[in-house]
Amino acid sequence: MRSYHDLGGLPGAPLALAEHTYEPWEKRVDALLVMLIERGVISLDEHRRVHESLGDRAYAELKYYERWMAATANLLIMKGVISIAEIANKMIDVEARLAAGDDCAF
Amino acid sequence: MRFKDGDRVAVKAAHPPGHVRTPFYIRGKVGVIEHCCGMFPNPEELAYGRPGLPAIPNYRVRFKQKDVWPDYQGHQDDGICVEIYEHWLEPANQ
Amino acid sequence: MTHPPKHGGHPHGHDHDHHDHHDHGHHHDSQQPVAPPGYFQLMETVVRELLVEKGLIQPNDIRRAVELMDARTGPARGAKLVARAWLDDEFKARLLADGKAACEEMGFGVGDSKMPADLKVVENTPDTHNVIVCTLCSCYPRFLMGIPPDWYKSRSYRSRVVNEPRKVLQEFGTALPNDVRIVVHDSTADLRYMVLPLRPAGTEGYTEDQLADLITRDALVGVTVVPGPES
Repeated sequence: MRSYHDLGGLPGAPLALAEHTYEPWEKRVDALLVMLIERGVISLDEHRRVHESLGDRAYAELKYYERWMAATANLLIMKGVISIAEIANKMIDVEARLAAGDDCAF
Repeated sequence: MRFKDGDRVAVKAAHPPGHVRTPFYIRGKVGVIEHCCGMFPNPEELAYGRPGLPAIPNYRVRFKQKDVWPDYQGHQDDGICVEIYEHWLEPANQ
Repeated sequence: MTHPPKHGGHPHGHDHDHHDHHDHGHHHDSQQPVAPPGYFQLMETVVRELLVEKGLIQPNDIRRAVELMDARTGPARGAKLVARAWLDDEFKARLLADGKAACEEMGFGVGDSKMPADLKVVENTPDTHNVIVCTLCSCYPRFLMGIPPDWYKSRSYRSRVVNEPRKVLQEFGTALPNDVRIVVHDSTADLRYMVLPLRPAGTEGYTEDQLADLITRDALVGVTVVPGPES
């Protein structure tokens, strides 16, 4: 059975040639992945594996950098670099700061 | 290294789970070794945080498009090159 | 992190390019959307701050990396390689034989962590046109050409360029003569690929910089040819 990321030869729609401007958070997701690989925290191959394991709905419906970020977060959890509890607490904190007007960019 | 430039090879028609870098569309197809790209750790193992050693040869293999797609519409000499790790290749008959 | 799929792995009925897909509220059957809007945007901040707290990254590391990314956009380096190859046959031979060494000669990629394991430059000729894809993900020679365009990463391109390259090229306005064969390169491993396009007519006497100015990213991927000065 073909994995859902393995697309070569499947039927497809005409190309959409318009390019979107990368949002700052997308660039940060990109930079973070490259940095984590450079520093040996994760490998590109591990990231690809996790990216390919997000589920076919996620693969089809999430935007490119959303999938990348999901894979980065999942992989860091799997490797024990960060814990789910840490993420949960930090999410509550960041949501509160965003609600108070902090853009949490850097 | 098992293969040299110009050898005819067949890609295994296998469908294992996991992180595999041999595209579905090329499995079971026959092509020609264009060049050995070098020795690399096995990505199927690297994907799980293992070292993937010993390193294995990776080959650029050229296929004729008409040998890959049953109803290919195009020039009869159109080709497709794919990089394939040695353990996915078998010698093919002439 | 995402809801597990409730159905098997069959493909969706519609195949839109998800980069334009801002509406996470659209549902299949009566299932919830995969994630609320902005969830992964939030996650980026969360993960970054946790990694800083753990000392794995410094507070300004990501900011600096993004500034570098912004400074180096576009195909300038790739264009320089091609322009030099057009003017210098010996350099061209070196570029085709060992792409990485040729890049190091030009000062590209030395000490640059985005340098791939190797670079393969494939030459267009009067009878052969090359085009690059990564069907499995979106591998691309970023150190030469910047971040790939959305279409390169799209389902449509990755699905279709391998088995109907002429139709895909026509969508870019590229019509090759019938006697030109197309070779597609699927970068499935650690090599990255770039096309060495044909030098267009009408550029005799051009300097290297003038030639580099003509060379587009799309020509380096192989979905177009380099337009001549009259175009």
